[in-house]
Amino acid sequence: MRHFMGSVNVRQIVLPLGQMAIFVTGAGVLCSAIMLILAILFRGSGADQVLRATQGVGILAYTLDSLPQVLIDGVTIGFVYAAIALGYTMVYGVLQFINFAHSEIFAIGAFCGVESLIALNGLGVMAKASAMGSFLYLGLALLIGMAASGGMAVLVERVAYRPLRSSPTLIALISAIGVSFALQDIIRLVESMTSGQFYRVIPTFGNFDERINLFRIGAKVIDIQVKSVVVILAAVVMLVALNYLVGSTKVGKAIRAVAQDKNTAALMGINVNAMISLTFLVGGALGGAAGVLYALKFTRIDPFVGFMPGIKAFAAAVLGGIGNLTGALLGGMVLGMIESFAGAYLGTYTMGAFGAEYKDMVAFLILILVIVFRPNGLLGEQVSQKA
Amino acid sequence: MRKPVATLAPTLAALRLLLAAGCDKENKTIKIATQSPLSGAMSVIGSDIKGGTQLAIEQLSEPLTLMGFKVELAPFDDQGNPDTGVANAKNIVSDPAVLGIVGHYNSGVQIPSSEEYHAANLCNVSPANTTPKVTDRGYPEINRVCGRDDVQGVVGAQFAKSKGIKTAYVLHDKTAYGQGIAEYFNKGAAAEGIKVVGFAGTEEKANFDAILSPILAARPECIYFGGIFDQAAVFFKQARQKGFMGMCLSDDGFDSTDAAKIAGDALIQGAGTYYSTVSGGASIYPDAAKFVADFKAKFGSTPQPNSAQSYDCAAILLKAIENATRANGGKLPARADVCKAVRALQSFKGITGTYSFNAKGDPAMGKYFVMQVTSPDPSKWALNKIDQTLSIAPPK
Amino acid sequence: MKEPLRSRYQHFLALLDRGRTPYFVSIGLIVLGFTLVYLSPRSIPAFLVFVVAASSIYWLKLNRAVQLGLAVFLAVVLVPILGARNVFYLEVIFQIAVFSALALGLNIVVGFSGLLNFGYMAFYAVGAYLWAFFGSQQPYLLHSTVTTKALNTPFFLAPDYFYLFIFLGVIVAAILGLILGLPVLRVRGDYLAVITLAFGEIVRQLANNLDKPLNFTNGPQGITPIQRPTMPEGVLKLFNQVIQPVVGHRVTDNQAYNILFYLIALLVVVAVIVITYRLDDSKVGRAWTAIREDELSAGAMGINANKLKLGAFAVGASFAGAMGVLFAASRTFVSPETFTFLQSVGVLTMVILGGIGSITGVVVGATVVTLLNIQVLQSVSLYLSQLRQSDAVIPIIGFHWKYLSNQLDPTKYQRLIFGVVLVVMMIYRPAGLLPAARRKRELGGGPEGKDLDGKEV
Repeated sequence: MRHFMGSVNVRQIVLPLGQMAIFVTGAGVLCSAIMLILAILFRGSGADQVLRATQGVGILAYTLDSLPQVLIDGVTIGFVYAAIALGYTMVYGVLQFINFAHSEIFAIGAFCGVESLIALNGLGVMAKASAMGSFLYLGLALLIGMAASGGMAVLVERVAYRPLRSSPTLIALISAIGVSFALQDIIRLVESMTSGQFYRVIPTFGNFDERINLFRIGAKVIDIQVKSVVVILAAVVMLVALNYLVGSTKVGKAIRAVAQDKNTAALMGINVNAMISLTFLVGGALGGAAGVLYALKFTRIDPFVGFMPGIKAFAAAVLGGIGNLTGALLGGMVLGMIESFAGAYLGTYTMGAFGAEYKDMVAFLILILVIVFRPNGLLGEQVSQKA
Repeated sequence: MRKPVATLAPTLAALRLLLAAGCDKENKTIKIATQSPLSGAMSVIGSDIKGGTQLAIEQLSEPLTLMGFKVELAPFDDQGNPDTGVANAKNIVSDPAVLGIVGHYNSGVQIPSSEEYHAANLCNVSPANTTPKVTDRGYPEINRVCGRDDVQGVVGAQFAKSKGIKTAYVLHDKTAYGQGIAEYFNKGAAAEGIKVVGFAGTEEKANFDAILSPILAARPECIYFGGIFDQAAVFFKQARQKGFMGMCLSDDGFDSTDAAKIAGDALIQGAGTYYSTVSGGASIYPDAAKFVADFKAKFGSTPQPNSAQSYDCAAILLKAIENATRANGGKLPARADVCKAVRALQSFKGITGTYSFNAKGDPAMGKYFVMQVTSPDPSKWALNKIDQTLSIAPPK
Repeated sequence: MKEPLRSRYQHFLALLDRGRTPYFVSIGLIVLGFTLVYLSPRSIPAFLVFVVAASSIYWLKLNRAVQLGLAVFLAVVLVPILGARNVFYLEVIFQIAVFSALALGLNIVVGFSGLLNFGYMAFYAVGAYLWAFFGSQQPYLLHSTVTTKALNTPFFLAPDYFYLFIFLGVIVAAILGLILGLPVLRVRGDYLAVITLAFGEIVRQLANNLDKPLNFTNGPQGITPIQRPTMPEGVLKLFNQVIQPVVGHRVTDNQAYNILFYLIALLVVVAVIVITYRLDDSKVGRAWTAIREDELSAGAMGINANKLKLGAFAVGASFAGAMGVLFAASRTFVSPETFTFLQSVGVLTMVILGGIGSITGVVVGATVVTLLNIQVLQSVSLYLSQLRQSDAVIPIIGFHWKYLSNQLDPTKYQRLIFGVVLVVMMIYRPAGLLPAARRKRELGGGPEGKDLDGKEV
């Protein structure tokens, strides 16, 4: 109550950062511990013998050896999921409605960001950009992607969701599915009319592909790509900024008020429609930024690129407790870790009977189990409290 | 009672008009149908299958036009879905003007749909279905210009052996195409004495980090990827960035300039990137370069894999229809005669190869090229070097 | 000017309902439609006349017995004859039947009891793979891979087990529905959407991945050949001896099979419709509605919500299971590509478009979407492509069709069209094309404004 715009509330920045650190290390330690226990249990099993025969290491040594890299990969993809999940969770928190079209909002951000980078590359400025310059260009692409996605999200809300606000959620959800389909083809139509391309590839620039050595264990160097660091940092900034916006500003308070009770909020002089539009703008912009980061990390995008990460991020949001901002981070982190661990170890542990192809399935299975045993997600209690 | 009767006559007259508009009675039109996914995520290749056919019809139908026929393209969208594909197939066979069909992209759609072509004696030449089952049924109507998985996978293995590869990791995209080739590579590798240190499939299209951990731990000298470039190129790039310096090897789904656009420098690092294909690039088949230029001029983008093959499919059909028509005294031939005419073609020179078909409908002597990527520049893709040429007859 | 036109229209409608007129109109239309399609089997307008004729049986006020008799005659005699002349129509009607059954099954879950299900195709997949596995050589090929040379393995079961497997499909899918239903008891609304979505995706991926360690599904390659039931002795004979002059050519085995599958599908759909009607009118149906509207109050009224929800899932799933078996046999091929999330959404679209909770509406929805999907959009695209290849010019603006961009093709932008249709429907007609009476009241207005019959007060 005492905080107003302008006076920065340091607590609201430090607290989520601390939370984030706890979640990331917690998820990492938990997954690693489970993995190590499994490795110890598997000593002497068929998988162990196969490993000794082919690679000359026991299963415990094998697991320990690759663990740091798997953790880093899990954290990176976890942050990507978390960044996308924020959009789902923002909208859900305010409207109790699954914005199914968020995956396409994400794709639009990715396309606009990549197209602007391609245009810049065509001008020839990026080839000779310094490290600092390349970060600036990336920042520009992020802004363009955020603007495009945020704008599109607001437009979609105005056209397809607002008329349905008083209808049952099922109706709005179907409208959202409709928007999602339509946007996929609109991206394709626009791309095929303009660039004539289906795949867009982010130009190579700056030092994003290089690797930074973190530490070494014996002869093995654990490193991380610059772009992974960028993705993580950007996601952290987004999470903290959003937390601050919702938790400590006047606008955030208004959003929370709308989330709690639209009618009463309106009586208190809050412009409900404006706040909902703002929610979509912020959620969409975050999705757009996530799209550009995704393109940076994984190079190639196409008009249907949003679908899989969209579903995963949605699952992450539900996993953490949809409508809960920190839940999105936790959900993303858990999902990213599970995927990373399943992809890396499933094949080895089952001697190839069940391989990396099951990594999505493991993620979905755990999602189902979590929902069944904790129907409101891992951090679900605060659903009705927080935006 | 009088009223309805009185109105019936004009209604009938109107309907006759509508009917006349709806059906094409003149048998001076020859249609060549295409079936490929034109909507959805697979449309990028499906549209270009249609595009290649369209280009062939525009450029090569002159002999038939001189005989007084109009050759038309009838494009259908199978959505990569067997239900739609079969429905389209029935629609196609019920149109007597259709004398040939180019398609499909997915084997899963081709196999049930071709049962309909078989029932109606309609000739199908496939530009992309490499699954052995497609022709192993022995239907006289079904042919293909592309290779077979059980040949191409083995070609890959033989090539790897010739390069002194001792260990390989095999990855595929969990589609009928990629998995088929990967399985045959696996088998071929075992026969050649290459140790396959891992075999996995994934539907993942972007994030290969998790899968790369066990691959790198196994330290293979070569990674074989069975699948399309949109996954393979992303995968190779990420593998290189994680420090894999062995050989990258893939199949004819890799043959696209977009592969270079996606993976860039990663393709020429380490032990290099190779792919097997039935079309040997510009130096062997100069017409292929012309096709790429024409395609780009017409559709504004470079053709995807299988597009040049679909051009050849249409060319083969047109030539066969022409031959059958001449044999029929200038009258429209029966569908079964077109099928026979296709099988009777001897050394038909297309833009991606020289084709004659065996009794099953496979190209009689498959010539496979293993190409080495020589430049990360997409515009120099056509200059990729032929590293080896292998001639292998398909299994009987 | 509007009023007179409207009253004339109403006058016309009244005329159609008077005395024997509906009988003449309906029979006349059927004769007309049949003749037109018979004479020009490829004409779309002719087919549309036939469709109107068929629906006139339902819409016009006819004696119940006459209605039934006409419908049976149309479905069992006329359609197969036309189908033998043009297999495409038979396929269209077959698919309409299949998707109607699927949509009706989903309607029980979504429409009657208000539980959202995004993974409905999973049950269809289970039915399809059930017969695909037992009705092919697959049980003998458990240890084979793609590269194993196919030997002359016998089929596992005799082809006529197919009929038994339709019932087994029902049972197995229902059991699976119960299993999926269990978590449903604990979660509501949007979480349910996620669970079912994940479940559908898991089943598809299982189908795609279970080619090792033991080869159950043959992975992405799919299972083929799958057996069809043996053709009843009389059918081919009937066609080729008795009514060959009517059909105009010999009926091949394949065409006869198309007709057989059409008839089986018809039978299943009729059974499904009857079951659905009976359920809707029963105590169970009303209990479902009560749960959908307010679970808490329903519980207070002594309704065992958990049991009923499970029941809804099981019944809905069972329809899909039966259709899956039929699908596998009619295609002689199954592969995981058929059972994607998109397909689940497609069936949901049919339910919503037609009218959620309304049986006629759902059938109409399935018909419209299927027609749009495999007939209308395709033929518009073909027509455009024909224009593009001709020298035709749009008269007034002098635009040559051949310069029309290749990117503008309705089939290419099918999702766009479906998406826009969904959004527009939700905004302007959320209860669907033919809303259920209950739903119409519900969405038609708030507490005031409209009375219970939906008329403005």
